[in-house]
Amino acid sequence: MIPYQAPLAEMRFVMTELAGLAQVAELPGFEDATPDTAAAILEEAAKFATGILDPLNRVGDREGTRLAADGTVTTPSGFKDAYRQFCELGWNGLAKNPHFGGQGMPLLVAAAVDEMWNAANMAFELAPMLTGGAIEAIERNGSDALKLAYLPKMVSGEWTGTMNLTEPQAGSDLAAVRTRAEPQGDGSYRLYGNKIFITYGEHDLTSNIVHLVLARTPGAPAGTKGISLFVVPKFVVNPDGSPGARNDVRCVSLEHKLGIHASPTAVLAFGDAGGAVGHLVGEENRGLEYMFVMMNQARFGVGMQGVAIADRAWQLARSYARERIQGKPAGAAKDAPTPGIVNHPDVRRMLMTMRALAEATRALGYVTAAALDRASHHPDPDARRSDLAFAELMIPIVKGWSTEVAQKVAYLGVQVHGGMGFIEETGAAQFARDARITTIYEGTTGIQANDLVGRKIVRDEGRTLAVALGKARDAQKALAQSRDGTLAAIGSRLGAGIDALDDCRRYVTENYRRDPRGVLAGSVPLLELAGIVFGGAQLARAALVATSRLAAGDTDAAFMRAKIVTARHFADHVLTKAAGLREVIVAGAASVLALPDDEV
Amino acid sequence: MKVMVACKRVVDFNVKVRIKPDGTGVDTANVKMSMNPFDEIAVEEAVRLKEKGVAGEIVAVSCGPAACHETLRTALALGADRAILVQTDAELQPLAVAKLLRVLVDREHPQLVIAGKQAIDDDSNQVGQMLAALLGWPQATYASKVEIAGGRARVTREIDGGTETIDCGLPAVVTADLRLNEPRYATLPNIMKAKKKPLEAVTPGALGVDVAPRLSWINVAEPPRRKGGVRVATVHELVAKLSDEAKVIEQART
Repeated sequence: MIPYQAPLAEMRFVMTELAGLAQVAELPGFEDATPDTAAAILEEAAKFATGILDPLNRVGDREGTRLAADGTVTTPSGFKDAYRQFCELGWNGLAKNPHFGGQGMPLLVAAAVDEMWNAANMAFELAPMLTGGAIEAIERNGSDALKLAYLPKMVSGEWTGTMNLTEPQAGSDLAAVRTRAEPQGDGSYRLYGNKIFITYGEHDLTSNIVHLVLARTPGAPAGTKGISLFVVPKFVVNPDGSPGARNDVRCVSLEHKLGIHASPTAVLAFGDAGGAVGHLVGEENRGLEYMFVMMNQARFGVGMQGVAIADRAWQLARSYARERIQGKPAGAAKDAPTPGIVNHPDVRRMLMTMRALAEATRALGYVTAAALDRASHHPDPDARRSDLAFAELMIPIVKGWSTEVAQKVAYLGVQVHGGMGFIEETGAAQFARDARITTIYEGTTGIQANDLVGRKIVRDEGRTLAVALGKARDAQKALAQSRDGTLAAIGSRLGAGIDALDDCRRYVTENYRRDPRGVLAGSVPLLELAGIVFGGAQLARAALVATSRLAAGDTDAAFMRAKIVTARHFADHVLTKAAGLREVIVAGAASVLALPDDEV
Repeated sequence: MKVMVACKRVVDFNVKVRIKPDGTGVDTANVKMSMNPFDEIAVEEAVRLKEKGVAGEIVAVSCGPAACHETLRTALALGADRAILVQTDAELQPLAVAKLLRVLVDREHPQLVIAGKQAIDDDSNQVGQMLAALLGWPQATYASKVEIAGGRARVTREIDGGTETIDCGLPAVVTADLRLNEPRYATLPNIMKAKKKPLEAVTPGALGVDVAPRLSWINVAEPPRRKGGVRVATVHELVAKLSDEAKVIEQART
């Protein structure tokens, strides 16, 4: 099991050449995010990821978390200390508002750093990730008093945060939430209800936990328009800001999961002993609206978990394949020493596919991060609008496609290891298990696909998708104009993919209102098609940059050559699925829907 | 008390180095470079002295190509106050580096110069000693513990037989060994602040130093590949192989 090595050169390439880091650094508020500062940040983050987080990954997987009879939860050995160091070094506040103690870095830089945390120790990263969601909820919608009481300590990491949405009967369907919040007359509320699947709902890392809870107030309208958002701290906050009395929120149990064992997933009971003290965030009945705004970053974050696991699984598999010797590969010289299995064509194919998928999902993710940065910070409102539209179109793809890809890559990682992949000791299995949740939480792949089709494509008659396809066509045209055979071949596959996706754009806009079930039967295949086309377009752009850098005599020839080969591999092994996916999308609904529920 | 720390930009310890085809040296094009780990320990020691109130200003120095400013930024992020880059693309050998540092010492007047005991690329283990000799200062090399008090340094050194503790006056040159400390991780706020700390670039010419190499490399080659083991039939054969092939014993010729 090799230690994690952050792919710094690759990350820098994607950030500067594809995502436009230099332009992000020109946005008001992001002046500090210059390429050399970003490089320094990435360098130091890499040291922490490898030195402190990575060694704890297996420890966390094997020890898991424990709930004691008194309701306290113990995290695995070393996690508490690692978290303390993480906060003391300032990493929790990397992309947070400087007004509350953060460093104000753009999401583009945070995306690369978060990728490192996730690749080194995904279970650990969930703590700051959930805190980030809670911070955003309070910062965007809370009163000044609420912000002052909670944000500084949450930004520093002194307190963590959780998102309490899900209940046994309310998962994908949040409108079914039943937790109640009763006003006390003094501005506060008391909450009663049960929440499940609460990541880091209880732990021993910090002196307080800030739960963000969705609940209904008395007389609230039924359904989605009657849910409010509350802050319910584990310890009620004293006027001087210190944690005070223990609040009425209790960890009832921890889930025994397939993966991310070191992340305590709690069932929380609110109000079993008189009611949990809570404070309203923003206005009553706007809770789900507030949640939807936050979903962009939350879904993006999970997509990047997929990127991270894919890269880590690939690094491990590649290392194993170079060392492991099993049989002379076809075509190998009889008298020379037998090379590692990396030399067998099929193993090589698997590794190249892992690499191409990791690089494509990373590129799409970082480009989307930069779009979100421009959407929030660009001085021109029209630019902000179009960047937000692009980002919101890409987010279900980044989440839904990158995480599904991660399953494939982690699966291949086990496969490359052979029998040793099935043995926990090599570590490949843990990545496959840890990755499994990413296609589920923060909105399942089906939810992402329905969001892509039913909201992002249909609502503006496919206009934003058409614009994005236009940009992909620019890359394709540049490739088609190249005299280089490899680039032309990549361009040809990309062109076919763009055509297929464009056909589907028309199919969706023409048919959704008339036949939503038929269209949605193909929504996940459409999500995959969008992923391979837009991911492929980014790799195509990378190949163009690499080609011109080689022509200009760039000294890192090996890196640039590999970029071109990887783009070619993606074109020939992934983009080739486009035509098939189109058929599934436009012609596959009949078999899906023909049988009644009880005959399926 | 001003402290000067010398840091070298070297091939990262994780990199599997390759020899250039012409055998003139190691191929460093596009390999990951980092601050020499022993120099990280030196920087950490300087920062700890500052935190104890013993050191006032810490000046980090590096000699080499422009990219060495990244190494200096790391030193600044760890806690150095100022940095000086002696910028040159020429090959720098230890004597040249010692001469450059000597000129800077004469300019800056530190009471203590700390450097790593050796760089992990060439393992020369010479700069500290040569610098001390050029300056006429005491040297305390392979330090595993440093105590400064009353204008003197008490240094525990790692030596072949164990450790020895010496006492010397300041100013002095100290070189850091592995056990001196465990370097800290840079904090994010300090990484950001490092950009704003002064980093001055000078050339060897401006310092009046001739850095032309005095030694030339004849050949660089990888260590010979491990050969397979051999069974021997007799003790005589074993002794002969140990003497003639492995050359680890001298056989008495009778």
